Amino acid sequence: MKILHTYLRSAVLLGALWMFILAVTFAVAFSFITGDPMRPSLWLSLIWGAAGGGLMFAASRWTFIAAATVAIAATGLAGFGPVIFAQIGPGGIFIAGLLGFSFGWTLDVMFGGLPRGKLSRHEWEAAVIRFLSGLGYIVFTAAVFIPFYVMVMTSLKNQSELMLNPLDFSVDLSKGWGLFSSYYELFTKFNFDTYLLNSFMISVMTVIVTLMFSIPGAYAVARLRFRGAALMSRSILLIYMVPIIVLALPIYIAFSMTGLRNSFVGILMIYPVTTIPVALYMLQGYFRGLPAEIEEAGLMDGLSRLQVIRKITLPLSLPALASVSLYVFMIAWNEFLLAFMLLDDPGKFTLTRGIASLNSSEIPRQHLMAGSVIATIPIMLIFLGLERFMTKGLTAGSVKG
Amino acid sequence: MSDRSRAPTHTTPLARREARLAWGMMLPTLISVALIVVLPLLAVFWISFKPISLADLRAPTPVISERVRGEGEERRAEYRLRNSSQDKAIRNVVIEDSLPSDLIKGPLPDGCAAEGDRLICRMDEIEGGYNERLIVPLSPDADEDELENGEPVVTGEADNILTNMEFTLKNFTLIFNSGEFMSVLGVTLFYTVFGTLGALVAGMFAAQLLNHSFRFQGILRGLFLFPYVAPVIAVAFSWLILFDPFTGSANALLVQMGVADETINFFGTRPLALIMVTSFEIWRYFPMAFLFILARMQSIDSDMYEAADMDGASPFQKFWYLSLPQLLGILSVLFLLRFIWTFNKFDDIFLLTGGNAGTRTLTVSVYDQAFAVSNIGAGAAVAVVIFGCLLMFSAVFFKIMSREEGL
Repeated sequence: MKILHTYLRSAVLLGALWMFILAVTFAVAFSFITGDPMRPSLWLSLIWGAAGGGLMFAASRWTFIAAATVAIAATGLAGFGPVIFAQIGPGGIFIAGLLGFSFGWTLDVMFGGLPRGKLSRHEWEAAVIRFLSGLGYIVFTAAVFIPFYVMVMTSLKNQSELMLNPLDFSVDLSKGWGLFSSYYELFTKFNFDTYLLNSFMISVMTVIVTLMFSIPGAYAVARLRFRGAALMSRSILLIYMVPIIVLALPIYIAFSMTGLRNSFVGILMIYPVTTIPVALYMLQGYFRGLPAEIEEAGLMDGLSRLQVIRKITLPLSLPALASVSLYVFMIAWNEFLLAFMLLDDPGKFTLTRGIASLNSSEIPRQHLMAGSVIATIPIMLIFLGLERFMTKGLTAGSVKG
Repeated sequence: MSDRSRAPTHTTPLARREARLAWGMMLPTLISVALIVVLPLLAVFWISFKPISLADLRAPTPVISERVRGEGEERRAEYRLRNSSQDKAIRNVVIEDSLPSDLIKGPLPDGCAAEGDRLICRMDEIEGGYNERLIVPLSPDADEDELENGEPVVTGEADNILTNMEFTLKNFTLIFNSGEFMSVLGVTLFYTVFGTLGALVAGMFAAQLLNHSFRFQGILRGLFLFPYVAPVIAVAFSWLILFDPFTGSANALLVQMGVADETINFFGTRPLALIMVTSFEIWRYFPMAFLFILARMQSIDSDMYEAADMDGASPFQKFWYLSLPQLLGILSVLFLLRFIWTFNKFDDIFLLTGGNAGTRTLTVSVYDQAFAVSNIGAGAAVAVVIFGCLLMFSAVFFKIMSREEGL
């Protein structure tokens, strides 16, 4: 490693690797956007990247960025750039130029402020860390984003368009509202309006029932002294570890025999039990964190325990209650297995069960993806709106400090 | 735990009242959990020792139908009696029908007697698959309406396989003897270990990326949580469509870039399918690890790092010698939790491959045995094995947890 501790050597090496990473990224991204055939070339990327690193050592910042942009655009046009195009048009030149510009810009940031000569271990590691961070941002963003992109785009294209070129996700805007034909059909012919309402009702009811049970339980475990309190909080976690599939079997049998299968009552009996442990665990962590002195003052003033809970503890824990509600809502909304096993009447389907029923060879996959989008969007909106809340609630009680 | 002092050694009325209140507050939760968790668990144990299939869930019942046939001298009431079960007997079968005795002409079948205006037939036992006609001759002038009024009622007693005292070890010998069991266990372990480690490593890396403020930090943090928040069924189908062997974009991309010569069946070929479901598990659950690790990172005191800077520690040294020891606690807890939950995972594999192509884990095999092969007993036996493993994991978990206070 020591041998690399000079500006020029590390710029050449990291430049080569970085150009290859960017070439792959650009080829994948623009294949997905335009559907035009293009591919990254390993050797050419390494060569051009190494050359770019050398140039950066010799030139000033803006000269380097401009030179990289022009050079990569020109090589792209000539057909031996880091990304090779099947046929190069103005779009291809633009992509190649953008690649050159991004390369120049980011490599300069990576080596920003480093002396052009020997590097100390500190300086060298800083450059490597910036390189790895860049790689990390690209990999994580792509990995998370692509499946969702495919989901949304597939829901807007019909079967024949997809078969023609699986990479062509360009949307034909001339269709106007026709793009959303799948959604329209799901709501008019496939009862998705009913499913949406069912899912919403069931999730809200689950939240209410869960809170009714878990608030007193969590408070008792967190605040009151009784024999077996420690054992109780442990058993809560233990319930958390029982797999649903193990319970689903006897529940299926019992519900078949008592006629609770295929009913909202049955679903509402089971969902809260899967969420109560989570809620108990989160709430007790929060209650423990509240200062006991305030409650004790209330007790001194002659309030009973229950009044203290109602007038002091609950108002203080509103943020926690909100995040627990959100989390429980999310679990109930996304639940698939129990809905799949216990519901067979299309009038009672939840969204997840409804999507499962779309998974057949007769129904176009466009509909399947449109259904997935319908199920994903509400929960995403709620989550993004209240993400800070959620993060706090989820990790409450697990973090010292 | 610091705010709860040691329990008092002698109980005062006040302490007793507090304990009573506590139990009262926990009662609803305890009851519901007992009903929906403990009871079913006991039921699983019970069922796993019984020779029971999906069809046995309906207890054998006698079924009866009545028709009046023939004219004049031939006129007769036919009672068709059958046993709904093909192999289980029903005892003490009693048939009752309103049939005025003055309409009956001729001998009654065995076991039947006319009592007033009712016909009652008693049989000791009808075997499985029984299907007979009982014929009661009628007088020619019997009025159709009078005969047809009131459906015949039949009662009988049958063994309910669920509640009788017949036990067997067949289910366990069946699942342990099938050569498949070891491979299922191996697949489960691979999936669990690599899914867990992958999610932790990816979560750690993501947390490192977002541990300082920059312009897009909020957006990226929201984006990174997407896989964890979206419904599993939606993202599983998206993956299936993305990696489809015929029309999947991933295959089109690989072929176009010259990485692969022909399309790859990602979720249908043997070692690859298992790697894919494990990747899906990592993709879906790294956000959870990321959330917890990031929260812990942000609660670490920054003084330490400043001191390390003064001493000339390099960035990697700071991570290795300062951050990692601080994160070890949350990492071990996360590892155990994720390990147990990944071990319990069912929906993901069920949706992606249905347990085919060498991805059958223990949980999928519970479903397969119970609903695909219709052998509920064997499914319950696998569930018992799963539960045994979990008890073992939980013991380890609590040992470590009690050392890691703060969780």
